[in-house]
Amino acid sequence: MKETQTIENQTKTSETTERISGSEAVIKCLLAEGIDILYGYPGGAIMPVYDELYKYQDKIHHVLSRHEQGAAHAAQGYARISGKVGVAMATSGPGATNLITGIADAQIDSTPLVCITGQVGSHLLGSDAFQETDIVGISTPVTKWNHQITKASEIPEVFAKAFYIAKSGRPGPVLIDITKDAQFEEFDFKYEKCKGVRSYKPVPNTDENSLKAAAKLINNAKKPLIIWGQGVILGKAEEEFKAVIEKAGIPSAWTILGASAIKTSHPLNVGMVGMHGNYAPNVLTNECDVLIAIGMRFDDRVTGNLATYAKQAKIVHFEIDPAEVDKNVKTDVAVLGDARASLKDLLPLLNANSHNDWHQKFKDLYKIEYDKVIKNDLHPTKEGLTMGEVLKEINIQTKGEAAIVSDVGQHQMIACRYAEFNKTKSNITSGGLGTMGFALPAAIGAKMAAPNREVVMIAGDGGYQMNIQELGTIFQQKVPVKIVVLNNEFLGMVRQWQQLFFDKRYASTEMVNPDFVAIAKGYHIDAKKVSERKDLKAAVKEMIDCEGPYFLEVRVEKEGNVFPMIPTGASVSDIRLE
Amino acid sequence: MKNENKQFTVSIYTENNIGLLNRISAIFQRRHMNVESLNTSPSEIEGVSRFTLVVNITESQMKKVIGQIEKQVEVIKAYYHTEDEIIYQESCLFKIKSELLFDERQIQNIIKESNARIVTVNKDFFAIEKSGRKEEIDLLYRELNVFGIMQFTRSGRVAVTKEEMRISTMLKAFQH
Repeated sequence: MKETQTIENQTKTSETTERISGSEAVIKCLLAEGIDILYGYPGGAIMPVYDELYKYQDKIHHVLSRHEQGAAHAAQGYARISGKVGVAMATSGPGATNLITGIADAQIDSTPLVCITGQVGSHLLGSDAFQETDIVGISTPVTKWNHQITKASEIPEVFAKAFYIAKSGRPGPVLIDITKDAQFEEFDFKYEKCKGVRSYKPVPNTDENSLKAAAKLINNAKKPLIIWGQGVILGKAEEEFKAVIEKAGIPSAWTILGASAIKTSHPLNVGMVGMHGNYAPNVLTNECDVLIAIGMRFDDRVTGNLATYAKQAKIVHFEIDPAEVDKNVKTDVAVLGDARASLKDLLPLLNANSHNDWHQKFKDLYKIEYDKVIKNDLHPTKEGLTMGEVLKEINIQTKGEAAIVSDVGQHQMIACRYAEFNKTKSNITSGGLGTMGFALPAAIGAKMAAPNREVVMIAGDGGYQMNIQELGTIFQQKVPVKIVVLNNEFLGMVRQWQQLFFDKRYASTEMVNPDFVAIAKGYHIDAKKVSERKDLKAAVKEMIDCEGPYFLEVRVEKEGNVFPMIPTGASVSDIRLE
Repeated sequence: MKNENKQFTVSIYTENNIGLLNRISAIFQRRHMNVESLNTSPSEIEGVSRFTLVVNITESQMKKVIGQIEKQVEVIKAYYHTEDEIIYQESCLFKIKSELLFDERQIQNIIKESNARIVTVNKDFFAIEKSGRKEEIDLLYRELNVFGIMQFTRSGRVAVTKEEMRISTMLKAFQH
């Protein structure tokens, strides 16, 4: 990771030109951008590039996924844990369309990706040729930028621009489509890193007056509340953020993607906001006098009903993307710019404060949530394992050092609520798009990017089966990820909604599952199933102690519900505890 | 009043790239907004294109859409204007049977009074061109329609603003 940082800071230019093919140029571009690993799946229209990968296999490691969607999510996991650009590659047609879910996920969660797709020869474009699809057209609404290359000579400039756009400003996915003839074509290659695009300003200028106005509101606040999002992590602003909240003594809550920017145990960390977030920050959103949003976008799962969201509060919004300001919530002061720079400049303008009485309110409401929800989730006395106690056991065994890669659904909410985060970039999950099937491939990418970190994937029995084929990738690449499936034999979150809002009509949510342990063992992955409380501790320990990949299935209670919950359309302060 | 639909003319300065039209139209389509008219052309700056769109939406929607348009990498700047802030024209063509030009004397008067122009005449048909505001073109259409129109087409709106737009300065600022 540290090496790429230095590469990023240099302007690496290949001095001389050399005559090479377009496909070799693709590899040289990736190497020049510091890429040593990529995820993909070969096929007809991308074969020339794979042929070059074969020649460069000592320099760049290609990970063969079992489905292109797996490759895209693996690249996302890689990017999310490392802060680097993830690269995924596929052939034309179905290969390219299979990447789309991962690209859409990366777009809504601001993950830097460069996706490379092969395309039919340029003379065949528009002729409905074999495996031809208009992937540039299809990917337009879900990419930050995309481009089709039909001439080899475009490759260096387009790749340089792609990497620059993917990682600068608010990051996002970029797609490059390369026709097969451009891959074969020879040209004089010379690479120059992109230093700017004239129509694109990645980071808006910060207005000093807006910072002063923000500081004034914060300093005068009696009941300030901070809600931070992934912007703090993407902006590498964790230290600056911590300094700000500690000096001003402000209770701080996180969105799902902001999780882990500061330690879970930090005294100013008051938990998660949103639909299944913590009671105190949700209720007190509608009681604070100044709401300070930092690198978050007021997603509807965070705000509930906008008409009753923090109406009593002045809103301060620190944001890198001008299009997010006033999009959902009207702000009183918007501070545009990069979170790290803005928070650094904000710090000296703030008065030291402690807001003790205000903090007490959070503690009081936490006590209510603890008694009604948390106690039963983490220390259940009834029969039937809860998802919460599995998380608690993982916390204990990993000492809160693990990166948790969760899928989508009940287990995801439980994982985010109860996982202990001691390090930043430890919560890797599909937030905005809610992509089931994300976790298993994302965990592969995360573990490969951070081999020294413990990576624990947590999925439900539904989402696990959406990309279960990636067990093959884990086996072939020997990726030591820990796979936990919390099996309730239901699509649990949908079932919960059916129970609460559709009179328990469990339409198509019950699952008849295969023998998951046998499947894992079929891929030669050590595996175990537990269904009783007394066996949980030892099983989790065995999993964490295992050097290689490990699969653990935990049979949890079938009809457990996730609370608290803000029903759709309700106000954040109407959050239900039961 | 804030939630009332109003007519806005949107001017977008962009790089001249394949696919940008798709990107911009998708922004409206995704929000279920109908684009009333659309015109693309070169702008006053070499290599910079200009889109002119007309939409009927609320001002708050308009502001958000402008944000989304400007977010596109290859968009240099986007503006929205109400009618009093711009000078605008639309253009149209009518194709009419030639015999009517001689049988119906009225037509010549209509052409003269509406400041329309005969572009071409041959033995079968003649073509009239008219530039102006939408209402003027609508009026001319109604007047000629009485006699029968073989073909009619109207262009999208083109507009220049009364205020300066400073695109050149902005392009320099992008390059630091």
